[in-house]
Amino acid sequence: MAKKVALLQGNEACAHGALYAGCSFFGGYPITPSTEVAEVLSGELPKIGGKFIQMEDEIGAMASVIGASLTGAKALTATSGPGVSLKQELIGYACIAETPCVIINVMRGGPSTGMPTGPGQSDVMQAMWGTHGDHAAIALVPASCQEIFSETVRAFNLAEKYRMPVQVLYDEIVGHMREPVEFPEPGELEVIDRTAPSVGPEAYKPYDTSFGDVPPLAAFGSGYKYHVTGLNKAEDGFPTTKADLVDAEERRQISKVKNPTALADIESNEEYLTEDAEVIIWAYGSTARSSRYAVNELRKEGIKAGLFRPITLWPFPEKRTAELAKQAKAIVVPEMNLGQMILEVERVAMGACKIAGVHRVDGEPINPGQIIAQVKEVL
Amino acid sequence: MAYDYDKSIRPGKLPHIWCPGCGHGIVMKGLIRAMDTCELDRDNTAIVSGIGCASRLPGYLDACTLHTAHGRAAAFATGVKMAKPEMNVIVCGGDGDGTAIGGNHFIHACRRNIDMTYVIMNNYIYGMTGGQFSPCTPTGDKASTTPYGNPDPIFDISKLAIGAGATFVARTTAFHATQIDKLITEGIKHKGLAVIEVLDDCPTTYGRRNKFRSVVDMMKRLKDISVPVAAASKMTAEQLEGKTLTGILHQEDKPEYTAMYKEVIKRAGGAA
Repeated sequence: MAKKVALLQGNEACAHGALYAGCSFFGGYPITPSTEVAEVLSGELPKIGGKFIQMEDEIGAMASVIGASLTGAKALTATSGPGVSLKQELIGYACIAETPCVIINVMRGGPSTGMPTGPGQSDVMQAMWGTHGDHAAIALVPASCQEIFSETVRAFNLAEKYRMPVQVLYDEIVGHMREPVEFPEPGELEVIDRTAPSVGPEAYKPYDTSFGDVPPLAAFGSGYKYHVTGLNKAEDGFPTTKADLVDAEERRQISKVKNPTALADIESNEEYLTEDAEVIIWAYGSTARSSRYAVNELRKEGIKAGLFRPITLWPFPEKRTAELAKQAKAIVVPEMNLGQMILEVERVAMGACKIAGVHRVDGEPINPGQIIAQVKEVL
Repeated sequence: MAYDYDKSIRPGKLPHIWCPGCGHGIVMKGLIRAMDTCELDRDNTAIVSGIGCASRLPGYLDACTLHTAHGRAAAFATGVKMAKPEMNVIVCGGDGDGTAIGGNHFIHACRRNIDMTYVIMNNYIYGMTGGQFSPCTPTGDKASTTPYGNPDPIFDISKLAIGAGATFVARTTAFHATQIDKLITEGIKHKGLAVIEVLDDCPTTYGRRNKFRSVVDMMKRLKDISVPVAAASKMTAEQLEGKTLTGILHQEDKPEYTAMYKEVIKRAGGAA
């Protein structure tokens, strides 16, 4: 039987990806350009006995998502820049309390209200550094409607597997663009559920590292009584100020994502004609689509251009970016902000090649012509 | 026979952090008695709080306990209750946590009439941070940030809850220890959002600055200002000047939120 294919907007694809992943709770607050995610789920979730709630504000939405997740639900919220700014404290809460959840950020410009109906890519640093305190972050940056579907599924998988918040960032262009989206069959995409405790309630500790860097998480109401707090905590979940325990906890919450095994699991990149490339266009989201067009045009002119497209933006693809910096004469980083990820590319390249940006914050997409011009300029 | 609190308290978690003379411990004991009276299964009970002295309460109790961020308890609790309506959900915290930084979540939890019991300990002050004025610090009183007297008018928490749509609202004080558990019991039994405001004392950061010579003086004040609702109906406006009504202030039957959402699920053709 032929697979179901639908002409979906990116935001609609996101909602259907969430359902595929087993999302059973959505807590949100209306904000352009992400609202369609909430609209679709308000219709679809009750059909499967799931719960949709429109909260009183962005912070309440994030709080409801964390509360729901602690009962065992796969929980989602969707918002845009101003909403993510408001949610930041509780994103940090989900980090320290190690609660799986997914945050969709359909990016517009800024700061503040900016241009709500225009696209932007200016929340990419916020995704890593927005909440206070040391922490790890996972952020995914799909570039098409199909990929929004599959990356939303992967976001839930990573959230459940690593017990932490995972952000999916796509710009308004992909969020509101319509493309044919093929619905994967059940089982076609991997769906991961959090590890349940293998010990009984008496022996259970919510942050028991004898089970590894990602301890099993019991659901509230399943016979396990335990304590959750935003304070630094010991393995039993209760607050501690003991220096060695705080230090170990802080470091583990980063190493659970940044150890080599986890990095290999979480990283995801796409490369196009990079093998012999002398110039690398390093681009993500909708900007990568203009970049791919630019690569083809440049190749026609005999310029050996290639595209590196991170799909996982955080953790930053350090190893591969460093390799490409050594291989190429130049890296060009187009992004719809005034220079954010280019700072990371520069940090990792350590002067191995020339690096130049293409930046635009006027609410218009970066077009291939701009990228081609910059490549020619830098070579 | 002495009441056995130990079965509800987590082993090794006492002593608590509260100062000598603080009323929060009286409220905690009242909550324990109420949970027992209602025969709540603690495996299936979430106790959710925000930040502040009063919000440390859940950590001492043997249940599913969630100590959240400042002001956000009601919103976290809403997520718990929506996702798992079969759980009993109790929220607790202070006046600043609940009605200043958390005021929006508080009024909207009341409006939704979601089945939770919110025990709000009103000690008129931000105690944990050292005594700054809260929305409940009486006008003219001293706090660490009102050295010339507080210019702000106050929130009447119970009136706020009634106005926002809570379907069970009661008030008592830390002096009236046995009334605390009776009112919390009624609140837990009530289907919908129940607010139990407990007027409380903070001798350390409020009492000292406001000429209370002892905890006993503070307790005596709580006793003196309280007028049971029934008695108040026979009193004149003059007699009620400066008094606070205690007991069940408001109770009505209205559709509860998770029950309403079950109807949504039915209309969508889903199975709850």
